[in-house]
Amino acid sequence: MKKLLKGNEAAVVAALVADCDAFFGYPITPASEIAHTAALLFPKLGRVFLQAESELGAINMVFGAAAAGRRAMTASSSPGISLKMEGISYMACAEMPCVIVDVMRAGPGLGNIGPEQSDYFQIVKGGGHGDYRVIVLAPGSVREMYQFTLEAFDLADAYRTPVVVLTDATTGQMMAPVEIGEFEPTKPEKPWKLDTTAATNGNVITSIYLDFDEMERHVGHLDAKYAEISRKEARAELYRTEDAEILVTGYGIMGRLLHSLADDCRARDLRVGLIRPQTLWPFPAEFYRRAVRPGVPVLTVELSKGQLVEDVRLTLRDNPVHFYGRSGGNLPTREELVRQVEQVLRRPDV
Amino acid sequence: MPIVLDKPSSFFDTFHRKPTQQKTTHYCPGCGHGILHKLIAEAISAAELQDRCIIMAPVGCSVFLYYYFECASISIPHGRAPAVATGISRMRPDAILVCYQGDGDLAAIGTNNAIHAASRGEKIITFFVNNNVYGMTGGQMAPTTLLNQKTTTTPYGRTLENEGAPLPVAEIMATLDAPGLVARTAVNSPRNIQKTRRLIRRGFEAMKDGKGYVFIEVLSHCPTNWRKTPEEACRWIDEVVTKVYPLKLFKDDLDTREPLCREHPRGGFPELVKALGVRAEEQDAGGVPPALPNGTDTLTFKGAGFGGQGVLSLGLLLANTAMRKAWEVTWLPSYGPEMRGGVAYSSVVISRKPIGSPVVDCPDILIALNKPSIFKLGPLVPEQGTIVYNSSMIDELPPDLSAGTVAGVPATDLAAEAGSQKAANTVALGCLAGITGLLTREEIAGALRETYSKPAVYDLNLRALDAGWRHGVRQGTDA
Ligand code: SF4
Repeated sequence: MKKLLKGNEAAVVAALVADCDAFFGYPITPASEIAHTAALLFPKLGRVFLQAESELGAINMVFGAAAAGRRAMTASSSPGISLKMEGISYMACAEMPCVIVDVMRAGPGLGNIGPEQSDYFQIVKGGGHGDYRVIVLAPGSVREMYQFTLEAFDLADAYRTPVVVLTDATTGQMMAPVEIGEFEPTKPEKPWKLDTTAATNGNVITSIYLDFDEMERHVGHLDAKYAEISRKEARAELYRTEDAEILVTGYGIMGRLLHSLADDCRARDLRVGLIRPQTLWPFPAEFYRRAVRPGVPVLTVELSKGQLVEDVRLTLRDNPVHFYGRSGGNLPTREELVRQVEQVLRRPDV
Repeated sequence: MPIVLDKPSSFFDTFHRKPTQQKTTHYCPGCGHGILHKLIAEAISAAELQDRCIIMAPVGCSVFLYYYFECASISIPHGRAPAVATGISRMRPDAILVCYQGDGDLAAIGTNNAIHAASRGEKIITFFVNNNVYGMTGGQMAPTTLLNQKTTTTPYGRTLENEGAPLPVAEIMATLDAPGLVARTAVNSPRNIQKTRRLIRRGFEAMKDGKGYVFIEVLSHCPTNWRKTPEEACRWIDEVVTKVYPLKLFKDDLDTREPLCREHPRGGFPELVKALGVRAEEQDAGGVPPALPNGTDTLTFKGAGFGGQGVLSLGLLLANTAMRKAWEVTWLPSYGPEMRGGVAYSSVVISRKPIGSPVVDCPDILIALNKPSIFKLGPLVPEQGTIVYNSSMIDELPPDLSAGTVAGVPATDLAAEAGSQKAANTVALGCLAGITGLLTREEIAGALRETYSKPAVYDLNLRALDAGWRHGVRQGTDA
């Protein structure tokens, strides 16, 4: 069935279709519709919705629900996600599956409620303490908000890890029709869970390894898991890259704008191709390497002062990688982006 | 010979933390933790709750209590036991969550989580171990540290001026409605241990029946950080600590309480469809999306006006109607700085192919409901574009309009005639449809029926639609 949904609403509907058992959240603009929608729908389906006392409370409730072997999620926006970082680090270490939706707004500090992508470092590179990773999915549309949130629960369970759906205020607020259908989630056995049967007496979920060697072994175990995720789960959309004289790249809402930019430029006989990462961690490096021929200039566009671009540069050592960013909640106009492309093409090797 | 005292079954037979000392705990000699552990284990076993108990291992000296209790357990971030326990409890309503928390954990970093879990009446039995000091981290001040007490972070003694008074946690908890039992007790003497044993058993019996939240503050002794012998430490509790923290049953109304039930029947996909309110007529008929009136693949729209003029719902109405015609569509509300200067927008993109950007810089169609919006956005509409403006509120047009079609409709006046000025947005949309043929009157009426469930509001909007439609058709013919 089709339904016109906001990106934020689509995440909640997807969670329910994915058989999510609980939503624990704390209100913050521009992510609040997620809590509103969850508050409406979760209880109607006998699932748990609880507004926590704080972001810390919410993520730790998710921790508890995950430890109980159930599917749980939370959602917030940048400043709230900063507060959740403690719990995310613990859950990564204790290998607790969960889904976190981050609707990025402008920062640092209180910033404002406009769209930005300035939390790439925070989410993709860590944010919490310690040597851990979380899978980061970057939906570029309402449809992908639905699709990626749906898949996030299976990924979380498969790899016993938190998964972040990283989006922005615009994608969260915009509406588009979403095709909603039944879905059979893949749910592995969870013998490690905590429940009220004798079988789980003595089960311990922990993130403390006092012995240095034991800790090193555990970090090594996590690292091996991350290597497997890197091999298997990286994704990106490639659009008109084959004959491109310049590649533009960006994720989320920027990816959408760049999609239109590619069309706009092609209409002006500029051969522009797009690489839109759909996972930010693992970073789809292979997609870039395959799609970009040596020497072809690349323009990274972000709603930040340059974060994704660092990974693009690390990946494409033999290409000039340019950057253009907007901040503060502003989106670039189409004409503005065309001018950036023209500028790069005039001086591609900078 | 009858056994009068035995190892509680909820303790492991051997403790695996230290390979060399499998029968002893890791606590310092003379510490209160071990005594309390034993009383808790006894009560769990006596009430036959071993399977149902899930223990939160806190940050502090008792971080490794899961080496002793043979229950399911989880080690959690400092102070977050009540939140984690809440998460587990909501997923396992028959579980009894045991929060074992020290004074740094519960009274400092986790006070917020503790108070709220108590106030929600979670199915938690809390043991708040108050030994006036941070044990594991090296004897620093706790919120419960006594005045004048020297710690590693109050080397000159705690003062009222600098650190304030000790925090009376049980007293605070007793002010809440949800907890059924709130008490302060101690484990420093046989007499107090007996009292504590009875209290803990009562607590677990109540938990067994699902009677919610129990809070037991236990004055415990930390000879190591108090720099006292175990005997001195036990005496210190009687002579000094209990003067600040009196042993007391603050509250016990467990007998009058009803068990708490939080289980609800679970719904699946069919219930979701019902909850979403999806109706058959909402679905597009499939097939090929019709051509757009501007002859291209994509049409962009902006509705603009004052906040409160219904520009967001105007866009939504358009988006919903377009979706049913099998067009691709996106809707985007105005955001942040865009809303400056009395202009709120909604942007809609309608397309016969997948839509790239949902952002509309230069709309093919503009509905302007107030003057600032036509001055701001009107000049951006291209030559082939269409502007419908609310002539009830716009008495002057910007000089630099290039749109091919510029049509005024007295939307506010026509809406007032139809019954309410609020329906000016629907008048304008009707007018646009009448001029451009983008949508039919019936299609909009269908969307209205779905948007406005109240018959009176629907009727009003239908009259507004017709007024706008007639006006638009007339203008279309005139042009
Ligand atoms: S430091 Fe104090 S509280 Fe901790 S184990 Fe030793 S005596 Fe007990």
